[in-house]
Amino acid sequence: MPILLLVSIIAFSLFYLSPGDPAEILLTGPQGPPDPATVLEFREREGFNDPAAVLYLRWLSKVVQGDLGYSYVSGGKVLDAVLSSFHPTLRLALISLMISLIISFPLGILSAVKQGSVIDGLGMTISLLGVSVPNFWLAYLLIILFALKLDILPVAGYGQEGDVEHLILPAITLGISAAAVTSRMIRSSMLEALEQDYITAARARGLSERMVVLRHALRNALLPVITVVSLNFTYLLNGSAVVETVFAWPGIGNLMTRSIFSRDYPVILGCMLFLAMLTLALNFLTDICYYYLNPRLRHVAGN
Amino acid sequence: MLQGIDPGFRLSIFIIAALFLLAITAAWIAPHDPENAQPQLRLKDPGGEYPLGTDHLGRCIFSRVVFGIRISLFIGLVVVLLSALIGTILGGAAGYFGGVLDEVIMRVVDAFLSFPSIFLALAVIGFLGSGLSNLMLSIILVEWTGYARLVRSEVLSLQGREFLEAAKSLGASDLYIMSRHILPNILPSVLVMATLSVGYAILGAASLSFLGLGVQPPTPEWGSMMNDARPFIRSHPLMMVFPGTAITVTVLAFHLLGDGIREKLNPRFEVDKQL
Repeated sequence: MPILLLVSIIAFSLFYLSPGDPAEILLTGPQGPPDPATVLEFREREGFNDPAAVLYLRWLSKVVQGDLGYSYVSGGKVLDAVLSSFHPTLRLALISLMISLIISFPLGILSAVKQGSVIDGLGMTISLLGVSVPNFWLAYLLIILFALKLDILPVAGYGQEGDVEHLILPAITLGISAAAVTSRMIRSSMLEALEQDYITAARARGLSERMVVLRHALRNALLPVITVVSLNFTYLLNGSAVVETVFAWPGIGNLMTRSIFSRDYPVILGCMLFLAMLTLALNFLTDICYYYLNPRLRHVAGN
Repeated sequence: MLQGIDPGFRLSIFIIAALFLLAITAAWIAPHDPENAQPQLRLKDPGGEYPLGTDHLGRCIFSRVVFGIRISLFIGLVVVLLSALIGTILGGAAGYFGGVLDEVIMRVVDAFLSFPSIFLALAVIGFLGSGLSNLMLSIILVEWTGYARLVRSEVLSLQGREFLEAAKSLGASDLYIMSRHILPNILPSVLVMATLSVGYAILGAASLSFLGLGVQPPTPEWGSMMNDARPFIRSHPLMMVFPGTAITVTVLAFHLLGDGIREKLNPRFEVDKQL
């Protein structure tokens, strides 16, 4: 709870420090900027002149009731704009998450099992490249190859609801970027598991290497991987800011950048709060998963 | 001196040394003024007087890429230095003094960490405006939390060690203990994290500039050069390839350097932040 309060204070302070005058922005219509007297009168009437703390509390009481205010640009409810842009982001993120896990699990496990081999070196080089290539650069490389040279996929856009073609390039871009980080984590957590005594014991019992790796090492390496999956989701959200802009994908990252250009402060604030809540919820979910999957934690808590 | 060092580490040292050299000598190496627009020479293919061609305003791409090193290194180093400084002071204070101060500082860190990093940076720029100083501020606000957490846990792990008890019983002041006993012990970890995050800082700055929210034209910066190249992706893809490659090579070099230093000093942690 206190963390939510701090989150809202950080968000509001940034908003409060912004150089623009919200009253003036609100009053600017198609006929141009309002005259200063109107602005002064409006500020007085709507209570814009109150101290920051009062403004914050008034804003907070609205936010708590689910009222994030109205967009300066469209005039629509901020909450509606944020929620409707979250759907495409979630869709993209889930597919990218799958791609990322499909790449990173085999890569990470193989690199760990064959530590120091050519496969390991190659895998780690690829993942290092993956972390170093900016995702917008990867996006354009894919666009140049698949959309412009081969002409088999659309350059950008969302297409119709349920359309898969438009999803492929952005999902691969995000998936590869996330896989680069994830495979390194899976590798190091597998390496750690493989060093444990029970692995030596399993080998001593004459179990096949396959059995040792999959049944004994992987199972124990999986716990940290839960964190990896949830971290992955955060990477994907982060990546979405840029990748959605490149592919004109109508998600929350795109909404955020567009709102910055149009100085639509309520929408920026709304996106910020929404994403912070999402991250906190995700962390909470991760903790719960940890608790259920780790018998040690369960027993400690049970006592 | 470089005997026995793995090839990746050696490569990174070589690349980074070359980058610094190029950054210093940019004015002599670049054949043209990177900001000089000559519309009659726009979108020339690479070759001849313009080794990498010209952009949509007729500016020499090679000169812009070379001058771009300066701003990227500047951003990377300043951002990392300041966020390490802020994070170390706050995290150190939290770990050393504990109690309410610790609680307050760490809750603020948690609050900052609840924003997905690039969105926090975007919000800072969205509210305070774009430009070089706000760009750096936005990345510092994202990065400092990592150092605060790291330093706090390192300081906590030192608590109760004999040399600290000895210093305390001799009546050393807090400031003396922190600067003479604690700082030297935590410095290696901070150094590793700092090296690893130079790459991320450069990448983050390039991303934000690519979105048009960082370094503003006509200043030569790789991310904003790629942004300029977007409308010409079909006809002149090379205009995007050169700055894109420059970012990748630079970030890769700093990652390799960080990995190399980590292996030498061997502290156990992962930098899991990416803008």
